[in-house]
Amino acid sequence: MNAFSQIRRNDQPIYLDYQATTPMDPRVLEAMMPYFTYKFGNPHSRSHSYGWEAEEGVEKARGQLARLIGADEKEVIFTSGATESNNLAIRGVAEFYKDRKNHIVTTVTEHKCVLDTCRHLEQNGFEVTYLPVQKNGLIDLQVLRDAITDKTVVVSIMAVNNEIGVIQPLAEIGKICREKKVFFHTDAAQAAGKIPLDVEAMNIDLLSISGHKIYGPKGIGALYVRRKPRVRLVPLIVGGGQERGFRSGTLPTPLCVGLGEAAEICMKEMDGEAKRLKKLQERMLKGLHARLPEIYVNGDLEQRIPGNLNISFAHVEGESLMMGIKGLSVSSGSACTSASLEPSYVLRALGVEEEMAHTSLRIGLGRFTTEQEVDTAVADLVHQVTKLREMSPLWEMSQEGIDIKSIEWAAH
Amino acid sequence: MAYSEKLIDHYENPRNIGSLDKNSEDVGTGLVGAPACGDVMKLQIKVSPEGLIEDAKFKTFGCGSAIASSSLVTEWVKGKTIDEAETIKNTDIAKHLALPPVKIHCSVLAEDAIKAAIADYRAKTAKKDETKDAAE
Repeated sequence: MNAFSQIRRNDQPIYLDYQATTPMDPRVLEAMMPYFTYKFGNPHSRSHSYGWEAEEGVEKARGQLARLIGADEKEVIFTSGATESNNLAIRGVAEFYKDRKNHIVTTVTEHKCVLDTCRHLEQNGFEVTYLPVQKNGLIDLQVLRDAITDKTVVVSIMAVNNEIGVIQPLAEIGKICREKKVFFHTDAAQAAGKIPLDVEAMNIDLLSISGHKIYGPKGIGALYVRRKPRVRLVPLIVGGGQERGFRSGTLPTPLCVGLGEAAEICMKEMDGEAKRLKKLQERMLKGLHARLPEIYVNGDLEQRIPGNLNISFAHVEGESLMMGIKGLSVSSGSACTSASLEPSYVLRALGVEEEMAHTSLRIGLGRFTTEQEVDTAVADLVHQVTKLREMSPLWEMSQEGIDIKSIEWAAH
Repeated sequence: MAYSEKLIDHYENPRNIGSLDKNSEDVGTGLVGAPACGDVMKLQIKVSPEGLIEDAKFKTFGCGSAIASSSLVTEWVKGKTIDEAETIKNTDIAKHLALPPVKIHCSVLAEDAIKAAIADYRAKTAKKDETKDAAE
C-alpha cells in the first residue's frame, strides 16, 4: 500500500483528487515496460513474431478487461479513453439506427462528453430527453420508464457520477431498457474497478471504461459492445478496420497491456480496497463533523463509491478554501476555479442552492491514500474553514440568526 | 492559476478583519455582492468629525482575489478623507494585486464596497443633521 508514497516526492501535496485521475499502479507500469522496448511490434502484423507477440499482449488485456465486467473478450474494443467511448457509443448507435429511431434518453448529471455528444445530435435532428435527478443524485426509475418512447434508440446513464460519486441503479435501468427494447449505454469511467459490474446481470449493451481512472495509463479506454443481441455502430474513425471495424488505427500495445493489467488488479483487490476506503471515508467525515458545524454531504451517502466525498462548507467559498489548504490537492464545485463563473451543474441539478454550491469541495480517496493523510486533511480543513468563517460576513449573519435569504442581494 | 505575491500575502495575512458597530453614528457600512454569485463583501469605515477615516474593517465571503481586494482597500482608505477614499478605482486595485482577467470583478466589488460604506455614512450624517435642525 505504500508503493505510491515511494513515488510521491516529499514536497508534493497530499493527493485527494482520485476522481480526476489516478496515479498508475507500479505493477501496471511493470507490465507495460517490455512493450515499449523489445516487444515493440505492430499487433496487427501477421507475418512475423514481433507482431504475434504484441498481439498476444493486446488480446490478453482484452480478456482481462472482459472479465472485469462479465463480458466476452470479443465484445471489448480499445479506444483513446472514456470520452471517445462515450462519443462512439451514443453517436455510433444514433447514426446507425436513425432511419427508424431518433430519440435518446440521458440525465442532467452526465459527464460533459455525454451531454455534449447529445447536444451535437440535437443539432443534427435527434431528440434528447434529459432526465432530472432526485435530491440524492439518483434518477427516478418511473420517470425513466415514462421517458422512453417507441422512437427511443438508446438510454445513456452513467454508472457512478464523477462529482458526487453516487451509484445509479444499473440493474433496474437495464431491466427497463431490455423490456422496452432500447439499448442501454453506461459511462462506467468512475465505476469500473470500483464496484462490481456485470453486463449480463445488468442488461448493459454498451459500457465505457477509462484507463487513467483505474490506476492504468492515460490515453487509453475501452468500449464494451454487446454481440448478442448485436449492437451496431457507425464508427467515428475509419481506416484499416481494426477493432471489428468500430475503431480503426494501430493499437497502442503498451497502453492496452497497461489497461488490462489495471483491470485485473482492480478485480482481484476490489473487495478489500472498497472496505479500506469505506473506513477512510467514514474517518474523514467523522473527523470533520466532530469539529465543524454546518457542513453537508452532497449526494446519497449509501449509494456511493467509498472513494468520494463532496461536501459543502457553509459560508466559506470553495476556491478561497482551496487556496488555504495548499498541502491538499482537491477539486471544487465553486465557479471561481473555472472561467465560466457558474457553479457545478451537477450540484445545481440536485437542488443545491447556488450559494451552497460555491462552498463545496470534492475529496477523492483512492488506492494509495493512507489513514495519516486523511487525518492531516481533516486537520487542515478544520483549521482553514474556521479561519475563513471568522472573516465571512455570511457566517457572522448566520451566527446572529439573520437569514441570508431575507436580504435583498444585488446580483452582479 | 498563478497569483501575485502581494495577492497571496493579503489572502494569507488579511489586514483589518472584523466588524465595527454598525449602529454607531460615525460608522458607515457597505454590504455588496451576492451569495449566489460567490462573493459578498462587508466593508466598514469609522469617520472622525473632520471627515477622516480613522478605522476600517472588512469581512468577505469569496475567492482569494475577493479577500485580497477587500483587505487591500481597508489599508488604502485608512487615514484618507472620505472624499479621497471615494476616488479609489477598481483598476488601481486590480493593478496592485495583478489580478488575472477573470478576477477583475473582485476589484469592482471592492470599489463598490467603499462607495457603499461612504454612502451609508453620508446618509447617517444627513439624517443626524436633519434631526438636529428640527430640534433647533
